[in-house]
Amino acid sequence: MARRNEDASGLFTRRALVLSGAGVAAFGALTARLYKLQILESDRYRGLSDKNQFNYQLLPPSRGQILDRDGVPLAKNADNFRLLLEPEQVPDLDDLLARLSKIIPLREDMHERIRKSLKRRSKSSAVVLAENLDWAQFAAANLHLPELPGVRPEVGELRVYPDGPSMAHVIGYVGRVPESMDTEDEPLLRHPGFRIGRTGAEKALDKKLRGQAGALKVEVSALGRVVRELPDPATLARPGDDVVLTLDQHIQSFAAERLKGQSAAVCAIDIETGAVPVLLSTPGFDPNLFAKGISGPDYRALLEDEFKPLFNKALGGTYPPASCVKPVIALAALRQGVTDSHERVRCTGKIKLGDREFHCWKRRGHGPVNMLGAIGKSCDIYFYEMARRLGIDNIRDAVHEFGYGENFDLGIGGGSTGLVPDQAWKRARFGTSWSQGETLIAGIGQGYLATTPIQLAVMTARLASGRMVKPYLIKGQEHPPFDELGFSTAGLGAARAGMIAVCEAPWGTAHRMGGLGLGDLKMAGKTGTGQVRRITKVERDDRVRKNNELPWVLRDHALFVTYAPADAPRYAVAVVVEHGGGGSVAAAPPARDILRELLKDDPITLARLSGTGAATKGPAT
Amino acid sequence: MNEFRVARIERTLSLSAKVARINWLLVVLLCLAAMIGVAVLYSIADGSWTPRAAQHATRFGVFLLLMLGLALIDIRWWMALAYPTYLVALLLLIGVELFGVKVMGAQRWLDVGPIRIQPAEIMKLALVLALARYYHGLAVERATSLRHIALPAVMIAAPVLLILHQPDLGTAMLVGATGAVIVFLAGLSWRIITIGAITGLIGGVAFLIFGLHDYQRARIETFLNPEQDPLGAGYHILQSKIALGSGGLVGKGFLGGTQSHLNFLPEKQTDFVFTALGEEFGFIGTLSVLVLFMLILFTGMMIAGRARHSFGRLAAAGVCVTFALYVLVNISMVMGLIPVVGVPLPLISYGGTVMLTVMIGFALVMNIHIHRNAELPAGHGFLL
Repeated sequence: MARRNEDASGLFTRRALVLSGAGVAAFGALTARLYKLQILESDRYRGLSDKNQFNYQLLPPSRGQILDRDGVPLAKNADNFRLLLEPEQVPDLDDLLARLSKIIPLREDMHERIRKSLKRRSKSSAVVLAENLDWAQFAAANLHLPELPGVRPEVGELRVYPDGPSMAHVIGYVGRVPESMDTEDEPLLRHPGFRIGRTGAEKALDKKLRGQAGALKVEVSALGRVVRELPDPATLARPGDDVVLTLDQHIQSFAAERLKGQSAAVCAIDIETGAVPVLLSTPGFDPNLFAKGISGPDYRALLEDEFKPLFNKALGGTYPPASCVKPVIALAALRQGVTDSHERVRCTGKIKLGDREFHCWKRRGHGPVNMLGAIGKSCDIYFYEMARRLGIDNIRDAVHEFGYGENFDLGIGGGSTGLVPDQAWKRARFGTSWSQGETLIAGIGQGYLATTPIQLAVMTARLASGRMVKPYLIKGQEHPPFDELGFSTAGLGAARAGMIAVCEAPWGTAHRMGGLGLGDLKMAGKTGTGQVRRITKVERDDRVRKNNELPWVLRDHALFVTYAPADAPRYAVAVVVEHGGGGSVAAAPPARDILRELLKDDPITLARLSGTGAATKGPAT
Repeated sequence: MNEFRVARIERTLSLSAKVARINWLLVVLLCLAAMIGVAVLYSIADGSWTPRAAQHATRFGVFLLLMLGLALIDIRWWMALAYPTYLVALLLLIGVELFGVKVMGAQRWLDVGPIRIQPAEIMKLALVLALARYYHGLAVERATSLRHIALPAVMIAAPVLLILHQPDLGTAMLVGATGAVIVFLAGLSWRIITIGAITGLIGGVAFLIFGLHDYQRARIETFLNPEQDPLGAGYHILQSKIALGSGGLVGKGFLGGTQSHLNFLPEKQTDFVFTALGEEFGFIGTLSVLVLFMLILFTGMMIAGRARHSFGRLAAAGVCVTFALYVLVNISMVMGLIPVVGVPLPLISYGGTVMLTVMIGFALVMNIHIHRNAELPAGHGFLL
């Protein structure tokens, strides 16, 4: 027994030693591992620990305002009471949403939306639960916060556009950061519900308006609850800069009201500086809907509207300049020496070119007309003849000098070059050679020629001043003094005289509306009626249908370009009313009214009006 | 048997003789470990005795008295109760299997403080006792034989399979490993060990592939790649490593652990208590605890080696193995060396059941120390 015990004892001792050896090795391995973790890699883990302990809460900057030329805000900020959700702190989303629905109205489709955005975002970034709550709802949610784990109330910012539709195209709107956008270097863009400029000035000036995010260093618990805010706030947010535009809120609103219900575009230019006080496209849309997040049906309605409310027609809409081009053709003819201002061309109502007939808008003809009469009465035959003598390349060069073919997007995008055709263009585009008939209709601004409303306003400003006026919209983007145009003073005088006759001569095409109505200040202008359809021989022989007999899309575009005062021009205005009919009826009166509003606000004009109203002495035109 | 009796073998001891033989070094070491536990629990509660530190201290005090009491009773009682205890533990495990958490009949009996009894915990000690009891009556040459491996194998496999089915992979492996080590210490031949190891390896791999529950598989996958899903299942391991690593050499100071105080650590009062300790006391702290545990184990193994009977040697060593496995598994787990299996750090982690198991285990060790020279019959009787 004892021996057996001794045997067992010896065996036990040997095996126990083996076991102890294994144990010591195991403890040694743990010690080595601890050494690696706590000594060798300590710095790395200390960093991670700090990252755990401290969290930088992003402080989004306040977005800069957009102001009109008098400092009236066109885009400003309001409080946006909203609730954010920290996904990693939510034990049961369904339960949370159910509870939340009892406190604030939360539409059923929002549940889906929240779930979707949760899936998209990484677990660590918050998503927006509800926005633009009223104060009562926000207060209620705050009260129930303890029962809503993961919900964080925040007073954010809501972009507000006080003028709504009338400014929509120029100002644009802010919206969610598009998913396609690279947000890697800019954590601000990943901030829940952060809005960036998506169109118009909001987009073009986004960097300036956005500002810089600040960061608040906070100590957080594992559940993300802020334990304390640290005394040294890392950085305060730097608010975005305000941006001043050349627009005049008052007159823009007036213009929008004046053209209500029409599909139209207005552009006004300060002839001295190139500033654009009015840039309107109607109908507009409410940018506030976009800033809050527009609903699908609302957006579809805007897309399907045949008046194209989302499109900025003033910069991007292209229309035949029609008769508005005539003063430029006249100038070109004088410069090329193919006529003088006294030559009379006999208008019989039509002119033959080969076997084709070209008609004047006045069926019975104007009789013999000189340049003054031809512009004032807008005689087509006179300009067919001038165009024939000039050739398309001379016409091209002249209209180029007046801004045709140039994209004036004013730095906010959405502009168009329009189209200035010539022989080379036609060959490249259609592979056929240019025909003289096409030159003729170019002479009355029809055919391939296409211009934007802002180009027409630029043309008018250049006609009025004789200088290369360039428009600008954003304060700080003024252009240097404008160069002289390459046309003689006498030529310009003749063109202007024709334009004054349009408005002031009893036989002028826009005389019926009764002039400017500001003392005895005179205005100059040019009507235009842009043909949209082709008038067939059969129809012409019978009777050309009146606009009100045609469906809207086939009616003529109504155009009017104008400037005033005629003797010392201050503003140029171009108005296009899509399918509005005759320029003198549909476009001229609103253009005149807008011009009058501009002048009534203009100190120089006001001084003239209140001073010696009768003693207006202008240059002989 | 009497003819072989040696003078030094004692049949009985007086109470005073027993008290005089108490191994105070072991007592002191155990007290030190428990005090470290109290300190960490005090710190985790942001410097408060409530809710855990005071209770931990009280509980240890009670269990220490219990331990000394159990150490002084005759070792024959321990031996006698080995098989019954094992059977009761096995029945409890079957009860768990059949009635789930309802089988709390034994709770009143073991309830010290608000603790839930885990039959698997009882089984850890019961298996040690039962195996030691079995081998005590077996000649060493027979212990090595294959024929006599059958019963111990069943004794080990039955609880392991039951615990595995609960399912509690961690405890099952601890129980299985403890049993296997005792069989090894008892003298199982190396040939069988080798064959067993190979079979076990194949079986283990097969089990890992086919037998794992989804949550266990997820744990293992997380363990293999904790950074993949830092806020999901890998969170625990990652945060634990951050806490340990950020402790550095000297730690963030008592009450200064940000990871534990800001709740980044999961289960910091139980399974991850070592992490909280490592964060506040650094490498010096963790190393000290490792050394302390090694001293406890060394003392225990010395007691085992000095026992003059197989039962004492194997039982004391078995308790040491159980204790060592607790420590190794827990610390490996919090360092991310093995998957999270839910094994607490003995004496330091908060929790009554494990502390009770461990203290009863050391009661047995102390009892063996006191009765190291006792004469123990090798009978195969059910009781004595």
